[in-house]
Amino acid sequence: MAVVEQDVTIVNKYGLHARPAMQFVELANRYSCGIEVTKASLTVDAKSIMSVMRLAATKGTVLKITADGDDAHTAITSLAELVDSGFGET
Amino acid sequence: MIRKTGIGVSPGVAIAQVVVIDNEEFDIPERHVSVDHAQGEIDRLKEAIVVSQEEILDLQRRTVERIGTEAARIFDFHLGLLDDKVLFQKFNDTITSGNVTAEYAVATVLRAYAKEFLSMPQYLAERVKDVYDIEKRLLRNLTGQSRQSLSHLDRDVAVVAHDMTPSQTAGMDREHIKGIATDAGGATSHTAIVARALGIPAVVGLNDITAAATGGEMTIIIDGTRGQVIVDPDQDTLREFEQIARQQDEFVHSLDALRKLPAITKDGHEISLFGNIEFPEEVDTVMNKGGYGIGLYRTEFLFLGADTEPSEEDHYRAYCKVIKACGDKPVIIRTLDLGADKYTQSRARNPERNPFLGCRSIRFCLRNIPIFKRQIRAILRASVHGDVQMLFPLVTNLTELRQAKSLVRDVAEDLEEEGLAHRPDLPIGIMVEVPSAALQADAFAKEVDFFSIGTNDLVQYTLAVDRGNENVASLFTAAHPAVLRLIREVIRTGLQHEVPVSLCGEIAGDPTYTLLLLGLGLRRFSCTPSAIPEIKKVVRSITIQQSLEVARQVSRFDTDQEITNYLRTVTRKIIPEVFGD
Repeated sequence: MAVVEQDVTIVNKYGLHARPAMQFVELANRYSCGIEVTKASLTVDAKSIMSVMRLAATKGTVLKITADGDDAHTAITSLAELVDSGFGET
Repeated sequence: MIRKTGIGVSPGVAIAQVVVIDNEEFDIPERHVSVDHAQGEIDRLKEAIVVSQEEILDLQRRTVERIGTEAARIFDFHLGLLDDKVLFQKFNDTITSGNVTAEYAVATVLRAYAKEFLSMPQYLAERVKDVYDIEKRLLRNLTGQSRQSLSHLDRDVAVVAHDMTPSQTAGMDREHIKGIATDAGGATSHTAIVARALGIPAVVGLNDITAAATGGEMTIIIDGTRGQVIVDPDQDTLREFEQIARQQDEFVHSLDALRKLPAITKDGHEISLFGNIEFPEEVDTVMNKGGYGIGLYRTEFLFLGADTEPSEEDHYRAYCKVIKACGDKPVIIRTLDLGADKYTQSRARNPERNPFLGCRSIRFCLRNIPIFKRQIRAILRASVHGDVQMLFPLVTNLTELRQAKSLVRDVAEDLEEEGLAHRPDLPIGIMVEVPSAALQADAFAKEVDFFSIGTNDLVQYTLAVDRGNENVASLFTAAHPAVLRLIREVIRTGLQHEVPVSLCGEIAGDPTYTLLLLGLGLRRFSCTPSAIPEIKKVVRSITIQQSLEVARQVSRFDTDQEITNYLRTVTRKIIPEVFGD
């Protein structure tokens, strides 16, 4: 059991709008560990689409992903990859 | 227990469980439930979520087929919201901490999120539409659990709604709907007419009955005779009304004896009593109530009850059903009488500023020939199965009548060429329901086979009163001397030209007017089926001599109040039972 953290930067033009946010949440839901995302003072559950949308993460926003549980490492790695890839958008 | 007073539009007492049909655009009132009901609310919400998920999956599938995968993607977001555990927990907490209904929890939680979204950058703020969409869907599935099942219920219920649309009333399970109460509406609103037609006790114009009756299971008493509604009654009240309901049943049964007896006055004049219907199923009610035939078959429900335009076969099947159920008795089919509603307005290029003076009824039909022809074809074809007559609504000038008749000839020729069985020479009549037609009755009489006086519209157009507008609804009365003068002239003209005249407005089924109408020379009444026994009772209790005296007396009054009072008094004197004395 370990708490893992990683900062990621939103690179795609429209940030975490509905579709990327859904991709992010769907991916997060594949892991058993608890995952949270923090933007400034707002920390939300990464497995909840409504919560992730509340982040209003636009291009350039830095998010801190925190995972706590057995598969925390893999979870963080794959979520960071997804964000870095710009969700397949430009 | 909450007591409310409205306008009683269909008599009788109903005691049943409430089903609220909510309007989607409506504000959800904060409605509390008792602590032990909170779990029930959560279960209802879970069910609504499952139903919503199924709907969205279906919608998504259809969108993929019709538009493409990309367009269908947004539904992933909708499904994600429904699957969101944090969101569900919020709903759950709101219900249990505040002891409120699931509807209220969904509305407040989602509206709070929506507000937050609105302050985000444009492209994110747009998602607020999806939040609203989900809110509407959940609310519809919460409140609409009852709406969807309005067409097939497994228990007796009383329907409470802001107002009922024609498509809602068309889909109603008439076996199990015992009463209706609405916020909106007046004595001649659509809900009122349908409720009376079906003999369902109803009270309208209650302003906020939906708020009072929303949330949780409860009993409601709807007293359509006195215009009262009692939500969640206490034991004493319940017992009191159960007693009234029993007495009412007894009175109805006492009228049953009249069923087989002819509608004949004490001095031997035979009167024809017909029933007005909207659905083929109502023919049985007319016959059971002792009606002679169908004096007015409204066909609007064919258009309003379904999502698609009725085909010629849809028309034909419905007409045949009515005609066969009537045997050799007359059936007067009125052609499409729509206007000022979603159906015609959605087809109008611009919304009409004054739809009641706009493109409605025969005007709409004459501008939408394919729709009109389809109906005429079906009527001509169905008419070989019985005694069918065709009635055109809202005719205001002879040109309209001639155009419509020439269409009937065209259609008959087409059918002839196609070798389809039909009756080319069926009797054709017009509704006399605008002053211009009443005043020109002598000219019309030369070109029609019968007249049918429609008093609801005749009153509206003579007195310039919108019957659905609560502020002026009290001015709406057929007892106005000007209206009565028009009615008298039409009846007189009909007698002169040997053109039969019937009357199919509300007053045909109102015993207050029976003596007067007989005195004016009317011999054919067509009314809502449930009123037939009462009108027959009046007819059988009086002489034509008495009715002539009543008509003479009425012609001496100058105001509708004097006339109404006089008619009540004289009717009560002759037949006290009619007013429940």
